Amino acid sequence: MKITVKLFATFRVGRFAAATRQYPPGTLIAEVIRALQIPEAQIGMIMLNNRHAEPDQQLNDGDNLSLFPLVGGG
Amino acid sequence: MEELNGFLLEHATGDLLSWADQNAAAERFGVPLARIEETALSAGLLPARYQRNRQAISVTQQLTLFRSRVAVIGCGGLGGYVIEQLARLGVGTIIAIDPDVFEEHNLNRQLLSTTGTLGRAKVEAAAARVTEINPAVTLIPVRDCYSPENGTELLRDAQVVVDALDSIPTRLALAETCAELGIPLVHGAIGGWYGQVTTQFPGDNTIQKLYSQWVEGKGVEQQLGNPSFTPAVIASIETAEVCKILLGEGETLRNRKLSINLLDMQFEEVIFKP
Repeated sequence: MKITVKLFATFRVGRFAAATRQYPPGTLIAEVIRALQIPEAQIGMIMLNNRHAEPDQQLNDGDNLSLFPLVGGG
Repeated sequence: MEELNGFLLEHATGDLLSWADQNAAAERFGVPLARIEETALSAGLLPARYQRNRQAISVTQQLTLFRSRVAVIGCGGLGGYVIEQLARLGVGTIIAIDPDVFEEHNLNRQLLSTTGTLGRAKVEAAAARVTEINPAVTLIPVRDCYSPENGTELLRDAQVVVDALDSIPTRLALAETCAELGIPLVHGAIGGWYGQVTTQFPGDNTIQKLYSQWVEGKGVEQQLGNPSFTPAVIASIETAEVCKILLGEGETLRNRKLSINLLDMQFEEVIFKP
């Protein structure tokens, strides 16, 4: 199945800004994050098709996944 | 009071009242400049300092701003710019909360830090700065950490709270306090070239979602630091949100997060479906 992954801020460094990739059916968000070698502790927010999502959610063909790092400075 | 009104009307040019005449009125009637500003605005006169606000902000709206009370939590990178802009905007009362003193590593970005304010409490520097800009604006300095324990007392009378904190757990606690008190909260956070802003009304949980994966520690700012321009951009957007909430104008970032990437110069809006 095809998933479009968008990466924000520092997650782009050495990776990409947006890419549509093939994943096996039933892939979880956490598995995509792991495959991208993004440490779980760096994840701030996950959006799936413009909705807030959790890492244990399963992806479906055509989904748009956005990953944001934690930003907390002032 | 009537005499003061008469004095102000007599000295106005059109509907503009000069700073010199505001001072003259304060001296003659022995009242604070804040009272002069409120009396003038109530009489439909605009203190001349606000003349370039015109069209954007009417005299009536200027009075609304003057009668408003906004709490700024944190007086560092974001907070310094927010306080400066609120004072110039003409928000009548600003509660500034921060426990820290200025240190050398603040000088690259924190507006209120200068070589002269090193070692000085940030909230005291904020009060001095606001008095320099406009003595009619009251800044209430609170040299303390915001905490859920003191939050209710400190924020109770505020119409809007501004998140200018540098700690994720404190932000989450602040969101809870604001929800309990029924006060809108304007959130801003920065790290390196990146920043984000959203506005949360009581009952919303956008901020909780923004940090839903957080377990401990800081964000990207830990590695990237914060250059001079990022707090200025994010703080300005936060102040615009405050202004709109106070005036009931325009569209806020409610249920939306503006993600700003100054490195690639991309502004991305993320919709939060309630």
